[in-house]
Amino acid sequence: MLLIRCPYCEEERPELEFRNAGEAHIARPSNIAATSDEDFEKFFFIRSNPKGIIFERWRHMHGCARFFNAVRDTVSDKFVMTYKAGEPKPDLAAIAESGPAAWANRPPDQLNVKKPAAKRKTIKKGEA
Amino acid sequence: MAANYRISGHGRLAQAKTARFSFDGRSFAGVQGDTLASALLANGVHLVGRSFKYHRPRGILSAGAEEPNALVQIVRDAARKTPNVRATVQELYDGLTAHSQNRWPSLAFDIGAASDRAGGMFSAGFYYKTFMWPKAAWKAFYEPRIRAAAGLGVAPDQPDPDHYASRFAHCDVLVLGGGAAGIAAALAAAETGVRVILCDEQAEFGGALRFEAGASVDGANGWAWAQATVAKLAAMDNVRVLPRTTAFGYYAQNFVGLVERISDHLARPGDGLPRERLWQVRAKRVILATGSIERHMVFADNDRPGVMLASAARTYLNHYGVAVGRNVGVYTANDTAYAAAIDLKKAGVNIAAIVDLRDNPSSPAVDEARALGIEVNHGRAVIRAGGKLRVSSMTIQPKTGGGERTIPVDALLMSSGWTPSVHLFSQSRGKVAFDDATKRFLPGSYAQDCVSVGACNGTDDLTATVDEAYAAGEKAARDFGGKAVKSLRPKAVSTESFAGNMLGAGPGAGLDKPVKAFVDFQNDVTAKDIRLAVKEGMRSIEHVKRFTTTGMATDQGKTSNMHGLAIAAETLGKEIPEVGLTTFRAPYTPVTFGAIVNHGRGALFDPTRKTATHAWAEAHGAVVEDVGQWKRAWYFPKAGEDMHAAVNRECVTVRKSAGLFDASTLGKIEVVGPDAAKFMELLYTNPWEKLDSGRCRYGIMLREDGFIYDDGVVGRLAPDRFHVTTTTGGAARVMNHMEDYLQTEFPHLNVWLTSISEQWAVIAVQGPNSRKIIEPLAEGIDMSDEAMPHMSVREGKICGVPTRLFRMSFTGDRGFEVNVPADYGLAVWEALWAEGQKHGACAYGTETMHVLRAEKGYIIVGQDTDGTVTPNDTGLDWAVGKKKTDFVGIRGLTRPDLAAPGRKQLVGLKTKDPKIVLEEGAQIVADPKQPVSMKMIGHVTSSYWSENCGRSIAMALVADGRAMMGKTLYVPMPNSVIEVEVCSPVFFDEKGGRLNG
Repeated sequence: MLLIRCPYCEEERPELEFRNAGEAHIARPSNIAATSDEDFEKFFFIRSNPKGIIFERWRHMHGCARFFNAVRDTVSDKFVMTYKAGEPKPDLAAIAESGPAAWANRPPDQLNVKKPAAKRKTIKKGEA
Repeated sequence: MAANYRISGHGRLAQAKTARFSFDGRSFAGVQGDTLASALLANGVHLVGRSFKYHRPRGILSAGAEEPNALVQIVRDAARKTPNVRATVQELYDGLTAHSQNRWPSLAFDIGAASDRAGGMFSAGFYYKTFMWPKAAWKAFYEPRIRAAAGLGVAPDQPDPDHYASRFAHCDVLVLGGGAAGIAAALAAAETGVRVILCDEQAEFGGALRFEAGASVDGANGWAWAQATVAKLAAMDNVRVLPRTTAFGYYAQNFVGLVERISDHLARPGDGLPRERLWQVRAKRVILATGSIERHMVFADNDRPGVMLASAARTYLNHYGVAVGRNVGVYTANDTAYAAAIDLKKAGVNIAAIVDLRDNPSSPAVDEARALGIEVNHGRAVIRAGGKLRVSSMTIQPKTGGGERTIPVDALLMSSGWTPSVHLFSQSRGKVAFDDATKRFLPGSYAQDCVSVGACNGTDDLTATVDEAYAAGEKAARDFGGKAVKSLRPKAVSTESFAGNMLGAGPGAGLDKPVKAFVDFQNDVTAKDIRLAVKEGMRSIEHVKRFTTTGMATDQGKTSNMHGLAIAAETLGKEIPEVGLTTFRAPYTPVTFGAIVNHGRGALFDPTRKTATHAWAEAHGAVVEDVGQWKRAWYFPKAGEDMHAAVNRECVTVRKSAGLFDASTLGKIEVVGPDAAKFMELLYTNPWEKLDSGRCRYGIMLREDGFIYDDGVVGRLAPDRFHVTTTTGGAARVMNHMEDYLQTEFPHLNVWLTSISEQWAVIAVQGPNSRKIIEPLAEGIDMSDEAMPHMSVREGKICGVPTRLFRMSFTGDRGFEVNVPADYGLAVWEALWAEGQKHGACAYGTETMHVLRAEKGYIIVGQDTDGTVTPNDTGLDWAVGKKKTDFVGIRGLTRPDLAAPGRKQLVGLKTKDPKIVLEEGAQIVADPKQPVSMKMIGHVTSSYWSENCGRSIAMALVADGRAMMGKTLYVPMPNSVIEVEVCSPVFFDEKGGRLNG
């Protein structure tokens, strides 16, 4: 179960409290009645389906009930960040620098564990 | 009489009490602390099962969770028959009853074993090749036979009577695996006060110390140190120690699933105890101390009962005090099997010979074996095992070829090295890396906050393992605020090394030999099968796996995957990393559905919602139906009435006098604020600004695409306050839809939305006498037609409690809906019921509600609409504000296809024979004589018998239906074609006079 950070509650909460609400940053045209068929198609029907980073809306359904936006990687299912509705689309290059701590990659050599490879003995040919 | 292979003075169960058990109807004695496997071996029983495909006799390969062969059915009672239990992990209890599987009529004589001799037919991928011809035989012959023969064990045929528990837990450090590494890591972290959970799949902690006889920690025997340290940990407030607990799944953000087996090892579990408990643990750091698993050797007939892993034989001796034979052979490519031979020899078991594939091995273990007088044959291979129901000999040969020699044995131990258990690491999405020097996959790059220590990290000796694990525990403690303590790092001493690896088929399974040298025991996959798969074009190990089924089923290839991979790589002429490794998926070992479902079954499967009058309805004989999570009164049969009679009576009574109906399940939303009307204008098609306070309007809500999303009557209580009703099923999603627009598209509007569905009980009083029933109970509300016309709402009191009284009708007759605070719902219902009795009113349920609304052609969203229906399609164009410049769906409605001719429109249908009631969902055609497949022009959406009309009535969506009034259409059914006439969907009181009747 994922932990998702609600930008309004300012804490990570279990996935069960949230509902996905589709792609983010698709604004309803203010003059919607006058939009062309092409523009309406773009607004209502066309959605990106990226392999990788997606911007999407989530609702903290069983919490504060607010809609907010999230950046998620559809390959790893990792939430890169979340932010309040109405805030601008974040800069992807900046996101890459600051992933949430819970997913941080700590390889063994940073965990004062001796690297096992250092003392692996070689095996003679013909045995393997 | 069973033979006794228990060696006095060996093992740790000497003082234990006897436990009786039966296997295939034969009674045996074991001791408390045994596994079923150790108890069988103590009685000299090696033959415990038949293999899946060839029905070959099989014995016990291992002493742990990796067991592929010794799968048995454990039977406690009629409802508790657990198949595919690994005898090597089933703890013995007094009275345990086990049966072998996959054999008929008996284990020793099995008809199905004919498939072993017909082996050519059952080569790799045989399913895809063998049953191709003749085509018709698949359905009639092959499939039923295959289904009958398939599967392992017999599924229980009664509901599971046990209950299963569930816990959530959080900790700083979760240690998976309770061998020396796990214990050391947990100890280091626990001493600093951080929260630690330590779990292990076995009943006792200690891991490989169980068999590693020479190990010591801090001067004490290794096993004793493990027990003492775990006891110390268990006594600490910040530590939770979970034995018999398997970490089966490693999910995102350090979320780990554990299953704790609580009562499967008890003779009499008792009623209160759950069978298993699911733990869902969120850890700041996970320390993986999952150890490693020994692999077998691949040679001809290496599956004969009595042929087993060297470490297993050593475990049976050193822990259980059981010798696996009296004259034991050993076949190895590393040092650890020597330790097994040495321990057995010292216990008085004859070691027939050690056969070592290596040339001139030299190590203290080899020297010790020689010093004990054990014959060591190096540079040689076991090319074949003799015997059928039990191994009787091993045939050895120099690996370069040459003279064969057959040595009699009654057990054969084998070891080709140890496979680090990277299953959970891999599940965490860490990437394994192939270490070419030691020919094994080890943790490479990490994806989550976890660290691998000990054997699963490729650390081959105990001293280094404990050092590494303790350091990882200390590091975790520092990272999560553990207090500074003097380090008490344990000092472990052992002369043994788990290094040394040999992968793939040995000389006894060579290319030119048509022998059964098993790579995967559980799926009967031989070295030849894997070579064949490559020869037939499988290039990736994922393809080889699926084609041969190697690595599948309950053991998931714990012992076989690396051999399979190596043989495939060799055949392809590629390096192992190029061929790839199959994906490790949860669960690590099989998990019961019971543990996963735990409390969520029966009444707790889904929440049940009941209205305030539910108990009253049940007491008055209501038949209840499920509407989503709601329990609703369906109809109220009187004595002797069937559903048809009850509904007919209710329908007639409502129109003649009155009826009471509980409409509390309707969704209700209060829309409040200075911009409430503006918001309503945007969310509904109707105009709202000019609706007077105290009046109601039927509203239609669209999605942006122009299709009907929901409907309901909306009352304006004040200029800034609307009481909105929604369909029962739509309550939650309409609220979500409104909130979505308010928060994200129209945040400039000053509006509050509040769900009030459960705050108000709603009692519909419908029928000509409805006003007379309510009036005596209402206070402060003038209910005359002049003061309170149809579609109006008043606030006041009824029976002394606040009410929002709506005058509205879903029957077409004069009607009211009495909203009162839910806590008063039952009291007000009973008061209204008492008044109603004076006028001959009835209580009615959802069925009558449906019939009465259909008589008037009122739609139900979701029944007469399906998400592709517009207001115009249903004849509700009048509800769309023509002067409005914006509302959700306004643009969608102008899409070309929504305005084009040929759309399905809502019409009424009258069957030519008034007695025939159409089936809802039935298709409609214009010409029943056309050839199939016919052109279908519409379908029936609602259909009932109407007692008030004296005939059947139906509503339908028919292409251009409104232009077909009076025309005859046809509804083809399996045995007949029903003639229908298209008509208006209003069947009763077309002028609507009864609304004021």
